[in-house]
Amino acid sequence: MNIYINGTGCVSPLETAVEGRLPLAAPSLNNVRLKAAEPDYKQWIDIKMIRRMSRVIKMGVAAAQLSLQEAGIQKPEGIITGTAYGCLDDTGVFLTKMITQNEEMLTPTAFIQSTHNTVAGQIALLLECHAYNNTFVHKGFSFEHTLIDSIMQLREGKIANILAGAMDELTNHSFNILSRFNLFKHTAAGEGAACFVLSTEKGPNAIARLKGVSVLYKPASVEEVAADIVGFLAAHNCSQEDVDLLITGRNGDPAGDAWYEHVENNVFANLPVARFKHMCGEYPTASAFGTWMASRIIASQEVTPAVLFKGNAPSEIKKVLLYNHHDASHHSMILLSKC
Amino acid sequence: MENLMATLKAQIVEQLNLQEVKPEDIGDDMPLFKDGLGLDSIDALELIVLLQQHYRIRIANPEKGPEIFHSVRTIADFITAHQQQNN
Amino acid sequence: MSGNDVWVLGGGVICGIGNNVPECIASFRQMKPGMTTMQYLASTHRDSFPVVEVKADNATLAAKSGLPTHVSRTALLSAVAAKEAWESAQLGNIREYRVGLVSANTVGGMDKTEDFFAEYLQDNQSGRLRNVVNHECGSITELVADILGIRHHVSTISTACSSSANAIMYGARLLKNNLVDVVIAGGTDALTRFTLNGFNTLMILDPKACRPFDDTRTGLNLGEGAGYIVMVSDAIAQKMDIHPWCKLTGYANANDAYHQTASSPDGIGNYLAMQQAMEMAGIIPEDMSYINLHGTGTLNNDLSEGTAIQRLFGNAVPPVSSTKSFTGHTLGASGGIEAVFAALAVKEGYLYPNAQFSHQMKELTFSPVTTFSEGNVINNVMSNSFGFGGNCSSLVFSKEVNT
Repeated sequence: MNIYINGTGCVSPLETAVEGRLPLAAPSLNNVRLKAAEPDYKQWIDIKMIRRMSRVIKMGVAAAQLSLQEAGIQKPEGIITGTAYGCLDDTGVFLTKMITQNEEMLTPTAFIQSTHNTVAGQIALLLECHAYNNTFVHKGFSFEHTLIDSIMQLREGKIANILAGAMDELTNHSFNILSRFNLFKHTAAGEGAACFVLSTEKGPNAIARLKGVSVLYKPASVEEVAADIVGFLAAHNCSQEDVDLLITGRNGDPAGDAWYEHVENNVFANLPVARFKHMCGEYPTASAFGTWMASRIIASQEVTPAVLFKGNAPSEIKKVLLYNHHDASHHSMILLSKC
Repeated sequence: MENLMATLKAQIVEQLNLQEVKPEDIGDDMPLFKDGLGLDSIDALELIVLLQQHYRIRIANPEKGPEIFHSVRTIADFITAHQQQNN
Repeated sequence: MSGNDVWVLGGGVICGIGNNVPECIASFRQMKPGMTTMQYLASTHRDSFPVVEVKADNATLAAKSGLPTHVSRTALLSAVAAKEAWESAQLGNIREYRVGLVSANTVGGMDKTEDFFAEYLQDNQSGRLRNVVNHECGSITELVADILGIRHHVSTISTACSSSANAIMYGARLLKNNLVDVVIAGGTDALTRFTLNGFNTLMILDPKACRPFDDTRTGLNLGEGAGYIVMVSDAIAQKMDIHPWCKLTGYANANDAYHQTASSPDGIGNYLAMQQAMEMAGIIPEDMSYINLHGTGTLNNDLSEGTAIQRLFGNAVPPVSSTKSFTGHTLGASGGIEAVFAALAVKEGYLYPNAQFSHQMKELTFSPVTTFSEGNVINNVMSNSFGFGGNCSSLVFSKEVNT
């Protein structure tokens, strides 16, 4: 059974929602904090519904609508989202009022919008979609689990397509608090939303094939990661030599980047490597942006200077492996191939 | 009464985060729920808090909402009646 | 054993009517619902609403769970119930299997974050970082995974009140796809000021003990707790000498797509979830022995759920009851806690009582069961969990049939 990515949508610190593709030159995003470049949401969302949606919800809905448009689908047969932080802005608003007003005269809007499945719920409401609807909230695996759930469901053969995506936002409060954990000493904080229409049938604008996903929690060593990657590839009838491009989630943090160094030098020596976090920043579901980028690279067969990190751009890009980790405890591998 | 209705309209637009609706766009007798402005049950709860916050009127039973919040005029009438009661 | 079955080997529960499964069953037997005035949570609304707190402070829970006292109550509750579930499954050493932990919650570590935020708002460099380090829903799950020694697959789901039912479905799929050998699935939620105040703004809290499915009902009581079932696939079951409670034969999730918080009047999401779960289990209305209702006690939910049941079952509505009349609404934990009750109902022939019931809803042709009984012929049980965002889930547990 093949799984095709028939449509994608991405809202990120670049103009990805408008342009739909990667920039040619490396963007000069020198801030510690990268903010999503937001499109005009009114083109997808009725004004009466927009008022009920905070930023992260709008980003998610926009990415979802873009992907459905590209796939040529009105109503998917399943909606699965992933978010590690959930709707932070509304959570912050409600918490602040609760504390400053001593639990009196509080209003419902921020509370109901703060639940983690609000994005998936709003998409269903907008599309009047009664299908399966789920939300994963597991840190650096939130996106990967949406893919795993999607693959399992499509394998059952009862549905032909699923909308799967992930989103996380950065608010003033979350940036302040996360900074206190020294997370952004060497790397930029980011945010964004990326959605994919996954299908067992190849669509007219099919971008790439999703071959497999694997997650590894708290590996003990770089050797364990390396072995896991080799095993993952083998399970998908792929050798290290079959991979044309490796994309890693290196983000500038020396300790974190050591994991990528090991894999690049020991598992895929001499293979060209691309990176993505200099464009979207670091956040738990950044691998969704990475996957978006990987799929667009396959579709265009181009690795622009903006994203190439090591080696020369390959002449033909048949198989791309995305290896990412969040916080060194959540490692994931996503294998994509040409349609 | 006119002043009260004008103030209410501004408060409603702000409290409910109504996009691209100016207070003067809301007719005195325009139905606020379903048709007209298209508000829903969550907005009704927001309006209950608005009445408490700005007019010190407590509505214990949310079921009374649709009646009171039918239009800006009915809200103004309700507030006026309540304030007269307290004087 | 037909090859693609999912077996329930055990379960664990901690909630306001008991710190473990036997204590909960005793409360049902003795008709002792758990609603009281708030004792453990500090809130301005302490005397306004009854709640169903777990009758143990964090120090006691920490001692039971093996986690430090300062961690989130959500994690403490989760660890206690997950441990009971694993032990009841009698599988021995957890490290000998590829184990998955799929735990749902809605609040994450919010009980600690609330305390942090008060200080943080005064000065954004204050507040103890250890109170927010486990704020995320996923962090709670990992605290428990780490202490139980589970690393193979660890996941967290959050879909409001249907969360842990969805966790159980995902767990079953992981088994069927051979990604794990054993899965502990369910959920947890601790009572927090955030939740209490949030629900208060929706004006759906009952100032007295709730009356699910009663015509005079006025709202829900919030509860807290955790509940997990342990499941294995056929492939594993065949290798071991297992003593299953029952099988998980059907499950489905559907979306109401009507409103952010309210259910549609005809309960379309509820209806589709129940119908599809029963279809998957291969059963017709007449085969259903008992339904554990979502039954929160709100005007809206009970009417939608009741209407959907009537539409689906017609004249063959089985015995039904809402155990939330005892436990309160445990939010992210409710699907998991009620799954344990449902699975036990199949194993022991239990019918659970619906407390605080006196008046049949005028729109319905049926009333819930009001007394506890055991030794009934219980072949199939359905458990409903319907949440905000229109997220509706139903699970069907069935007796194993000798093949």
